[in-house]
Amino acid sequence: MFKLAWRNIWRHPRRTMLTLLAIAFAAAVLVFFIGLQLSSYDATINATISVFNGAIQVQPEGYHDRPQMRLTIDRPQQVLSSISEIPGVVAAAPRAIGFALLSSGSRTYGAQVVGVDPSTEPKVSTIPGLIKEGRYFTSTDETSFIVGTDLAKNLHVSVGDELTLLGQGRDGSMAATVLPIVGIFSSGSEELDRMMVQLPLHAFADTFGMNGSIHVVAVAVKQVGDVEPVEREIERSGVLGDSLVALRWDELIPGIRQMIELDMSSGWFFYFTLILIVAFSVVNTFFMAVLERTREFCVMLSLGMRPGYLCRLVVLESVMLLVSGLLLGIFIGSLIVLYFGEVGFSVPGMEEMARQFNMPGSIYPRVSFRALTDGPSVIFATSLIGVLFPAARVWRLNPTEGIRQV
Amino acid sequence: MSEVQKQAPIVCESVKRFYQQGDVTVKALAGVTLTIESGEFVSLSGPSGSGKTTLLNCVAGLDIPTSGEVYLIGNRVSQMSKSQLADLRLRSVGFVFQSYNLVPVLSAQENVEFVMELQGISRTERAERARAILQEVGLAGMEHRRPAELSGGQQQRVAVARAVASRPQLVLADEPTANLDSKTSGALMDMMREMNAEHGITFVFSTHDKLVMSRARRLIKMHDGLIESDEIQS
Repeated sequence: MFKLAWRNIWRHPRRTMLTLLAIAFAAAVLVFFIGLQLSSYDATINATISVFNGAIQVQPEGYHDRPQMRLTIDRPQQVLSSISEIPGVVAAAPRAIGFALLSSGSRTYGAQVVGVDPSTEPKVSTIPGLIKEGRYFTSTDETSFIVGTDLAKNLHVSVGDELTLLGQGRDGSMAATVLPIVGIFSSGSEELDRMMVQLPLHAFADTFGMNGSIHVVAVAVKQVGDVEPVEREIERSGVLGDSLVALRWDELIPGIRQMIELDMSSGWFFYFTLILIVAFSVVNTFFMAVLERTREFCVMLSLGMRPGYLCRLVVLESVMLLVSGLLLGIFIGSLIVLYFGEVGFSVPGMEEMARQFNMPGSIYPRVSFRALTDGPSVIFATSLIGVLFPAARVWRLNPTEGIRQV
Repeated sequence: MSEVQKQAPIVCESVKRFYQQGDVTVKALAGVTLTIESGEFVSLSGPSGSGKTTLLNCVAGLDIPTSGEVYLIGNRVSQMSKSQLADLRLRSVGFVFQSYNLVPVLSAQENVEFVMELQGISRTERAERARAILQEVGLAGMEHRRPAELSGGQQQRVAVARAVASRPQLVLADEPTANLDSKTSGALMDMMREMNAEHGITFVFSTHDKLVMSRARRLIKMHDGLIESDEIQS
């Protein structure tokens, strides 16, 4: 049956080649575009989480929904060292977070005040590398601010000026300090640039009376794919106890996941149009083949071939054609992905736009199992459903009518 | 049906087959009663539209009579499913068609092996039997040629080889010599007569060809869907 089916599909080499190339083209396009899309999502996620949030955050339970000064991690060193040991974790940075009024001369703005560890923060966040004016903290015992660029603009301050901080400490007492600005950052995130001011953790602790406790441990992982295993490992390690939780980036910023899903579904709308065109071409090929071979099929039925066997033959022929085309398409698609994975893929104008959002200008697509199989498997399934129609025609054939066609 | 009839390859009882063509009812078979015994070499003749091919199709279970009963090798055709009929044809009936109707992508030997493959005969036995039969029909050395590389007469020999390779009890041939010259037709008829004599296979031909009629032992003439005459030739 295999031999017969294989020879049958090559009866009209030109027609078969055209159909095969259509399948291969569609598969290659899908492999490339889905690969590109998945890689761009990884780049978006990486860019977004690496600015400030980190891939995972360990927080007191309930802190994410209602960030209160009193909800703290009380043994930060133990938590930090346990998390740092987990495979896949690049760094774990402690943070204390409060809200306060910042004043300069006659202007006052509310801001998110973040106490950071200057030695580990650069491994988790890109803000230390995005200083537009001045510098980042150089030592852990420094007492100074770095400020978001829009906040600095609003407060009419620049590097070297002093800012007065007024807020409420952990114990409810007044938190107040005056510190100089050593740097101004531009993260690309409007919210961070307008709202955030950072100072070293010990200065934060002194100001807000933290008594050694912190609010958040931000964790950086090697790649996006490591997030879930690392999260599971953190939970399994027992370091969270009853009071702490580990939140993934998509729980911290659910908007990214929703944006990706929306983009993926609009992408699939385009892909499915392409798949339908290819499926029609496959079905057309087999309708033609079945019509041409009606007499032959009728002879086979007369000779005693069961209708089911004949249907299987037609389906087998289509499977062979599809698999050949898809394998060729996957091969070509992988080569294109590998090529752009080396040189990078960018659309004119994309680099400038990407820079605004602090994202890489070029996407470097990677060959992944999903990218290789998602598109081709949908082509396969859709075409196969289509081929059931010519197969059903074969099933209904009346041998005498076919033979009379002579 | 009597016990003797049960053994007969073909029994038709008042078989009628009407077709509707627009408002006109075409009476392709108007009531045929016929028994063909094992080992017979029968020719069905008559002008176009006399019902020869329809009778062969009804006998083979490819067409369903409007009324009457057909018994094929003791089986009541009207009570069998499509698949049961396919199996019965596969095991017991060989076909030779007017225009050879070989599978174009298979070689001569593969075409002959085709029915045996469906029957589930092992690869070595198939190949052995196919080669022997191709030799018997005078096509030794041409086993690997595809139909397009064979002449009309050679293709029809392959078709006969295919029909008998599965060792059927009955071979139905619809105008087997229609596309052949008289010399080739004569040779083909001689070959089938030999197979009839040596292997005891029952042959039934529908034909216009005087040569085929002259070589048949029993000559049935049809007209307007009825048997006009049925005689044994010496």
